Amino acid sequence: MAKFTGIDYYEIDSLLSDEERMIRDTVRAWVDDNLLPIIQEAYIERRFPKELIPQMAELGIFGANLPEEYGCAGLNNVAYGLIMQELERGDSGIRSFASVQGALCMYPIYAFGSDEQKRRYLPAMAAGEVIGCFGLTEPDYGSNPGGMITTARKDGDGWVLNGAKMWITNGSMADIAIIWAKTGSLDDPSSIRGFIVPTDTPGFEARDQKGKLSLLASDTSELSLQDVRVGADAILPGSAGLKSPLMCLTQARYGIAWGAVGAAMACFDEALRYARERVMFDEPIGAKQIQQVRLADMLTGITQAQLLVLRLGRLKDEGRLRPQQVSLAKRANVDMACNVAREARRLLGANGILVEYAAMRHMANLESVYTYEGTHDVHSLILGQDLTGISAF
Amino acid sequence: MKIFVCVKRVPDTEARIKIGADGRSIDPAGIKFIISPYDEYALEAALRLKEAQGEGEVTVVSVGDAAAAEQLRSALAMGADAAVLLKGAPTTDGLATAKALAAELASSGADLILCGMRAVDDDQQQVGPMLAELLDLPCVTAVTEFQVEGGKVVCHREVEGGVEVVEAPLPAVVTTTKGAHEPRYPSLKGIMAAKKKPLTEKEAQLGASRIEILSLEPPPERPAGRIVGEGPAAVPELVRLLHEEARVL
Repeated sequence: MAKFTGIDYYEIDSLLSDEERMIRDTVRAWVDDNLLPIIQEAYIERRFPKELIPQMAELGIFGANLPEEYGCAGLNNVAYGLIMQELERGDSGIRSFASVQGALCMYPIYAFGSDEQKRRYLPAMAAGEVIGCFGLTEPDYGSNPGGMITTARKDGDGWVLNGAKMWITNGSMADIAIIWAKTGSLDDPSSIRGFIVPTDTPGFEARDQKGKLSLLASDTSELSLQDVRVGADAILPGSAGLKSPLMCLTQARYGIAWGAVGAAMACFDEALRYARERVMFDEPIGAKQIQQVRLADMLTGITQAQLLVLRLGRLKDEGRLRPQQVSLAKRANVDMACNVAREARRLLGANGILVEYAAMRHMANLESVYTYEGTHDVHSLILGQDLTGISAF
Repeated sequence: MKIFVCVKRVPDTEARIKIGADGRSIDPAGIKFIISPYDEYALEAALRLKEAQGEGEVTVVSVGDAAAAEQLRSALAMGADAAVLLKGAPTTDGLATAKALAAELASSGADLILCGMRAVDDDQQQVGPMLAELLDLPCVTAVTEFQVEGGKVVCHREVEGGVEVVEAPLPAVVTTTKGAHEPRYPSLKGIMAAKKKPLTEKEAQLGASRIEILSLEPPPERPAGRIVGEGPAAVPELVRLLHEEARVL
């Protein structure tokens, strides 16, 4: 297959620095050379391709926007976003892995951890030697994380955790879990704190989520914590209330808004090639108006989404980003990517249902992306509340 | 140990080449440029040698226009320590290029000079050997791997049906071809660090180019395929054509 050379209808490349372009092109080449050749098989086998972790670590992908003093690459947020875009051009599951490792596990340790925790975990996580998972969502508390019933109770010097977490990416392969639990009464979300829980602690169990029809090349698990005893040094001392995990989600959602652009690019690129080559009624199907409309709609969506995340990234780098702006971008771009993937699959006709083509894999993955990290609907309500001042949750 | 690697900016091997309006050059619009892959093998070998020895300095040198700085930055991001851009119009005259490189490298104190065996754009295969000649250094070409020991470089060359092992005293010029090691990706940290590494620009002492491209033409369109027949009945005819016409059997 020909190399992917990018979708850039509006010369957006000229808005990037040399380093940002070089970083994107490096990850792009890595995805072409190492991820795309194995992803179909991994997907069919329902297997996260663990063998890629050391390579991703060597490139410096994990926590790439965190500082160099912790072994990270110290990139700006636009470069970080471009990495997410290219990873998800490969597969949402691989981007999810990187998001969880970086934005959901390394970020809270960086933002809320003690110096000792930062020194102990961040370099090892950047090197891919310690893998993390993020335990916030519970079986009955998804869109409403503040209602969580997982508890952490003081016990001598340490803490005892009890509860269950669901839909946890990397859960079964993680070395540590960032577990969010209430230290006070169950109706007090301000008592939520984060804990670094080694997954080999007695009472901690992870079970693979069976029966998925989406994100098949990703580890999704259920966690159960039964009298899990951790030391006083397990609590993230800077974490304080529901706001702390939500800050992590803002980081991850930012990356998702970029990643969705990559998934859409992969589908559009494939659809455009197919439309040029596939002959029906004695001419390429790209000569048909109906396919031209499809392609025009896809390109329009991708171009709008590219400009949106680039501006969002610049705002983040200037320290002026509001979480609601991230909600808008996650909501708009993932919705766009879902539409592009579905239309690409349709343009591909019967071939579009095969794993040899990327469209249906992305289409199925993106239904999870649409739903996780704040569903599309939840982001609508966040924006609605921001506009009207009235909460509709 | 001071190692120099000569690199050239060339169009991406995957790029669709269009011939420029003058009929003698390619149209660079919309084309991605890369370090010539054979030069990347040289750079990878240089970086591995430095890592194995635990000391040394790798400097990349390029003759080209201002845009070639992009490839030098890539080389710095991969791990080279310093870069020198010898600014001048790219020429197809290998001797002019070799003279510019020789002027720079003559007093550089180089222990080892590595070049790609050939550039993938004009494929002249001249610069490495000419550079060695101008510097009065031994030259080993088309090397797949080499070791440095005791003031010598021991090179492996793939020759027809076997491997030739060649030794030369340092300093020497070695030209590289594809070996066991794929060139590394620049790390993201390496890309950020490349900004802080020295990239020196100088005017190239190119001299006049005595070779001139008169015209460039795209390769002819491939003729349409032919269906010989269907099923097992067509096999004898297919074999006959492959043997007698295509001469691949």
